[in-house]
Amino acid sequence: MELFTNQILAGIATGAIYACMALAVVMIYQAIDHLNFAQGEMAMFSTFISWQLMQWGVPYWGAFLLTLVFSFAGGIAIERLLFKPLAKAPILTNVAGFIALFAIINSVAGLIWDFTIKQYPTPFGSSPFLGSQLISTHQAGMIGVTVLLLIALYFFFQFTRIGLAMRAAASVPESARLVGINTSWMIALGWGMAAAIGSIAGMLIAPVVFLEPNMMGGVLLYGFAAAVLGGLTSPFGAVIGGFLVGVFENLAGTYIPGVGNELKLPIALALIVTVLVVKPAGLFGRPIVKRV
Amino acid sequence: MSAVQETVTDAPAVEAVPKRTMTLGTGTSLVVLALLIAAPLFVKNFIIFQMTMLLVYGLAVLALNILTGGSGQFSLGQSAFYAVGAYTSAILMEHFGMNYALTLPIAGLICFVFGFLFGQPALRLSGVYLALATFALATAMPQLLKLGYFEHWTGGVQGLVVTKPDAPFGLPMSQDMWLYYFTLVITIAIYIFSVNLLKSRSGRAFMAIRDNEIAASAMGIDVALYKTLAFGVSAGITGVAGGLGAIAVQFVAPDGYTITLAISLFLGMVVGGVGWLPGSIVGSAFIIFVPNIAEGISKGLSGAVFGVILFLVIFLVPHGARQVAMVAQHMLGKLKKR
Repeated sequence: MELFTNQILAGIATGAIYACMALAVVMIYQAIDHLNFAQGEMAMFSTFISWQLMQWGVPYWGAFLLTLVFSFAGGIAIERLLFKPLAKAPILTNVAGFIALFAIINSVAGLIWDFTIKQYPTPFGSSPFLGSQLISTHQAGMIGVTVLLLIALYFFFQFTRIGLAMRAAASVPESARLVGINTSWMIALGWGMAAAIGSIAGMLIAPVVFLEPNMMGGVLLYGFAAAVLGGLTSPFGAVIGGFLVGVFENLAGTYIPGVGNELKLPIALALIVTVLVVKPAGLFGRPIVKRV
Repeated sequence: MSAVQETVTDAPAVEAVPKRTMTLGTGTSLVVLALLIAAPLFVKNFIIFQMTMLLVYGLAVLALNILTGGSGQFSLGQSAFYAVGAYTSAILMEHFGMNYALTLPIAGLICFVFGFLFGQPALRLSGVYLALATFALATAMPQLLKLGYFEHWTGGVQGLVVTKPDAPFGLPMSQDMWLYYFTLVITIAIYIFSVNLLKSRSGRAFMAIRDNEIAASAMGIDVALYKTLAFGVSAGITGVAGGLGAIAVQFVAPDGYTITLAISLFLGMVVGGVGWLPGSIVGSAFIIFVPNIAEGISKGLSGAVFGVILFLVIFLVPHGARQVAMVAQHMLGKLKKR
């Protein structure tokens, strides 16, 4: 029983990483209706920026805020420059665009900061949390930040003018335009916010997985999986999905014989596909009704 | 976030490509064919090998094109079918001493069944969800091939070495050249099969499903059957391509069939033009040669160069090679009128 609780705790700790990433994925999905494959690389790049700032002597929280601003602006710039012209292109072309962006960011980061693994500081410290060896204060802090972020987003989308406008622009663009919402800029704003949330995720994850250009590869996969599991239309679902994937991955690794680290990912994905077959819109997603 | 259900009239995920524009005219086809036949006579063995791979990947992209361009379903899992085909051929050749040519139909058949079965649960999914499911398949496949249980057959992490066949009947040809012509014949056969498939009743059913699933089912098309059938056919062709690839490369190993391969095939399809079958070969050329070109321009920034080239392609011609071909055709038509 002890092992079981411990594994669940450890799962929640890794789940927090996935939840963070999934939240960013869902944000951009809400705004642009695509899964952004370059999301992880954008987050990685932001994290490197904050690392660089700290190397130049900026204190942690200063670097944190500056990076947020930079990511927000960067997200908007990428949308305006690269993806606005593609808005009317077929979806598959957009996906190819994401893959191109992925290759570019990864390669540029590798050139500027090279591929060696770097330590990344944590603002929460890394001592055991509440006497448990499995969950450190950093991981607890990460869970806290994710939950705070979720609450903030909830209020933003539910109660502010601009949040409501963004939702309107995403779900019914034509009608939104008719009531005077600038839908084009709402999409850019969505990119900016997704990039900022991604950078928070990156900065929280970096102390755990260490900083290097490929650090987001695995995390992004789990983030996608978590987002899809929770339902791509629901930020709350994404966070729950993240924790579920983390816990399940740990339990599968511990209790199913023959499942080493290698098979963790396929098993987690298989579970998600199974869930999707039963509930095609994800656990908390809204089914979309189609008309001919 | 609201409790109200949305009613959406979704635009089809893949734009409708008219059937007539999916293929090349007879004249153009013959010119391309003549080029493909004559080219190896003038180049070195290594280039012939690259041309063989061009055809092999061309087949794999074609298979994806039937699935996505034909029936409108995404797949990021083509590398898994490719791997199954490659391993089937390799195991039959090395463990059972079977003739290489005979292993290909078996590889195709096994992949067809595999794809058809995989299509069953995938039926309930569409769009990004289907992409994720196929993606899961692609990431799982190399791990499964490495599993200890199958090591006797698959060679585990090390993989299997495949012997390259000699030209039969004492033909005075190098192994590479023989393999190229062998691949070319199979490619042409599959191409003709695919063109006819898309022109047939089944092909029209695929396209009806792609354009509007609900309307298609209202017209009496068995959506479930045709969707899984598209998966099966696509997987089958990919399997043959995989088998040919294994023979050409002379080696199969789990790490040769990762998600990167699936993404490459996907890029090949987009660059070639979704739903335009002849574009498959253009897309295949893109995924084989552009990474090399990028490497040549800058070693450290090869990824960035590749990305920039890809962006240029999708900015200039968002519909891929099909768009280029259309423009060319249009201009030729104008010239003729004068």
